[in-house]
Amino acid sequence: MDSREITTQISKAADFLNLKKWDYGASFSNDYSVQVDKGEAKQLKASQKQILTLRVWNESNLVGITTTSDISESGIKKALNQANIASDFGNKNERTEFSPLAKDPIEVKDAKKRNPVGIKKLLTLLREAEVKLLESHKSIKSVPYNGLSESFYERVYANSDGAFRSYTKSQAALYLYARAEEKNKKPRSSGSVKLGYGVEDIDIESCIKDASNKTISHLNYSSIKTDKYLICFSPESFLTIINAFSSMFNARSILDGVSLSNKNSIGEKLSTEALNIYDDGLHEKNISSSPFDGEGTPTKKLCLINKGRIENFIHSESTARIFKTIPTGHAGLGSKVSVSPDWIVVEKSKEYSDLKTSLDHSTYEGEFVYIEELNAIHAGVRASQGSFSLPFDGWLYKNGKKISIESATVAGDIKYLLKNIVNIESSQEVTTSGISPHIWVDELSITGDA
Amino acid sequence: MLSSQIKSNEIIFGSCNKDLLEEIIFYGIGLGADFIEIFIENTDNSSVLAEEDFITSVSPSFGRGAGIRIFKGTKDGFVSTNDLTKHGLMRSVSQAIEMLDITDNKREVFNGLNKHRDYSLSKKKWINEVPSIHEISEKLLVSTKSLKKNNKIITRKGSYSRNLQEVIIASSDGTYVSDIRLHQTVGLNVIASDAQYRSSGSRRFGSSGMPNEFRLWDHEKAANDVFESSMNMLYADYVDAGQMPVVLANKFGGVIFHEACGHLLETTQIERGTTPFENKLNEKIAHESVTAIDEGISEGSFGSLSVDDEGMEPEKSVLIKDGILKKFISDRAGELRTGHKRTGSGRRQNYSFAAASRMRNTYIAKGEHSKEDLINSISDGLYCKSMGGGSVGATGQFNFAVEEGYLIKNGKLTSPVKGATLIGEAKEVMPKISMCGNDLELAPGFCGSISGSVNVTVGQPHIKVDSITVGGR
Repeated sequence: MDSREITTQISKAADFLNLKKWDYGASFSNDYSVQVDKGEAKQLKASQKQILTLRVWNESNLVGITTTSDISESGIKKALNQANIASDFGNKNERTEFSPLAKDPIEVKDAKKRNPVGIKKLLTLLREAEVKLLESHKSIKSVPYNGLSESFYERVYANSDGAFRSYTKSQAALYLYARAEEKNKKPRSSGSVKLGYGVEDIDIESCIKDASNKTISHLNYSSIKTDKYLICFSPESFLTIINAFSSMFNARSILDGVSLSNKNSIGEKLSTEALNIYDDGLHEKNISSSPFDGEGTPTKKLCLINKGRIENFIHSESTARIFKTIPTGHAGLGSKVSVSPDWIVVEKSKEYSDLKTSLDHSTYEGEFVYIEELNAIHAGVRASQGSFSLPFDGWLYKNGKKISIESATVAGDIKYLLKNIVNIESSQEVTTSGISPHIWVDELSITGDA
Repeated sequence: MLSSQIKSNEIIFGSCNKDLLEEIIFYGIGLGADFIEIFIENTDNSSVLAEEDFITSVSPSFGRGAGIRIFKGTKDGFVSTNDLTKHGLMRSVSQAIEMLDITDNKREVFNGLNKHRDYSLSKKKWINEVPSIHEISEKLLVSTKSLKKNNKIITRKGSYSRNLQEVIIASSDGTYVSDIRLHQTVGLNVIASDAQYRSSGSRRFGSSGMPNEFRLWDHEKAANDVFESSMNMLYADYVDAGQMPVVLANKFGGVIFHEACGHLLETTQIERGTTPFENKLNEKIAHESVTAIDEGISEGSFGSLSVDDEGMEPEKSVLIKDGILKKFISDRAGELRTGHKRTGSGRRQNYSFAAASRMRNTYIAKGEHSKEDLINSISDGLYCKSMGGGSVGATGQFNFAVEEGYLIKNGKLTSPVKGATLIGEAKEVMPKISMCGNDLELAPGFCGSISGSVNVTVGQPHIKVDSITVGGR
């Protein structure tokens, strides 16, 4: 069945069950991936997957939901029945409705959908990449984590009010994590990830080069003294922090009492006037962009922080109604509709007179810690309390020398971090999770072994 | 009974699928596979969320799918599908064969499936005893109400999830088993706030194969624990960073062994060359006070299973005995690629993952000391009463968040501290576990790794680590 046929099937089954109001979100995908080990194929994977999430409204306008992978006629009927039963437990205190924007026009970008290259081609390309990475430096002994994949999928949203949206996409991903070993030293590991619409769009050579350079750059390491340091966050690491604390801009989190913000936080000054942050799911560099969210609301660019102040929150249909605004296209379909950002873009505003513009990661000669990548986010972030304590990969720049930091954590408070931004470099970099320049923060605690 | 005698062109749960499964395996072997395994799954899951004094989410889900894995030499091809018809399964076999590019004429022998071993027989009796959504909702609401102990508690949540998984596993070595697995987990969370101070508290409980366990769960005790923890931590200062001795509490304190050492004893880590213990079998890798076990047999424990996802009954594996490394945790691919015998540890989240060597109930065995002995032995250190999550990096460094910590001064527990992280490497920390308490207890958790998220138990008695890096401010 295609997505139109499934919609018809659901409509018929709902009529049969006398269910007047329903909607659904679905995803249908075909994925192929390979892994290699020293030139040999290790695991080759293919999967065909379908997931259907159905919501129904009962006579009291309470919502019930069911998720299933069975899209046969009987599977759909069973799902509708289960959702109807679940609607008896629907949330009476926070009603859910269709998004008022579910039929608005959506901005459909050039889909750039690619054709599958197939497992054999994936395998050949990954084998070659592994060989090149191993040959790039004598200390690189293995590439323990590697993979090349391509996915082809369709996402659908439809409801009983006549809304129907669908888009198809392709996406490919390459990751290479090398392990370097030298005598009398601890093994060091680093890597690189590249995304593309298809395998032909992935810059494999640059992925190999990045993985090699990063790994080698950590070979000469030293422990760092526990102290407070001037920090330069790489674009990737700053985006990691912003995403980890995105509950500050999340209306759902505010209503749930797990955000540092509250309903009245719009306009609150969080940082230097030089800081702008947007959520821009449709950005041309976002390979994973989706033109609509789980409730069918069109995706759009939204300013979250304007000149250091909170400008907007991200919303689903129900949170927008409670906040007396419109949905922003950030909903995830569920029994309790979730809200999450798409693609964060950080930039320097035109108001940057208070910045120390001499701080530039490529030229600054004073002492600072460069944080390349933050790890273990799930364990080290207390989003509801605003605190973090995270291990990181990075370097200490001191006396004109750069040395890899053996093992350390950076700890602090997100509000303190944002308030203590001392420079936002001009040049932005594209990462797999968004776009950001390098960001400098004064006086954050680092714990090391020394 | 009649249905079991009908030849079907589709997998039917609760029926005999032997003929169809044999036909598919014969087909794969005929195309040149060395080994073929079929894992078929039917799930019926539910989750319920209570926030403050209301049920805010009820989420049922169900699904069916198959994962087919084919080995040729040490290579394997894995295909997953939602199509459980004969045509769909054979198409998946063909796809796996094609991926592996099998061209030789060597053909393995398949002698048909063994007699069906049905581990679900004794469980079918209790399927109807699983609590209803109504019953679950009522108890969750009582639980969240129990958390309303003062006005500093600003959010109260109770969550429950139930996974009912029916599996059929058949492979070309004759394995033919089926099972029903029931996992239930329930958790309570609070956030406390007073002016600029904030803290949180959480506890999670879980069981396998015990439908009444949720009914028996002592929600009052759980609510008291969570409340006390959040109140104790509300005004806590941040811990000062540094090297110091620590005492790790029992139950979820075992997460440190799970993450820091347990993962390095999985054969998948040997395959990747990422464990420092690869060539250390029968060598000392830990303090002599440490004996560590991984097993899947403790009745009702969250990581227990009647049969693993490759059709093998789980064994009790003594991984470390008195500090000496004795065994690795192994699955079929691990045995094939590293030579370590399978331990009944082939596990996966669902049909869309190939099984891998994964921990089950993993714990450090009890020692002879009391908790007080451990704390009294430290003049200046940290007591980690409740651990948060943790992770281990590609080169073995680990880190764990301490949710509830207290300073130890002159052998006594003193003020609560927050923001602590434990940082280290397994091979450096294991020899520093110098004292084990006599109060072994287990705690449930979810472990995410190569074959998805699986239910596990971590555990230990109170243990003392002589020196570890504590991250703070």
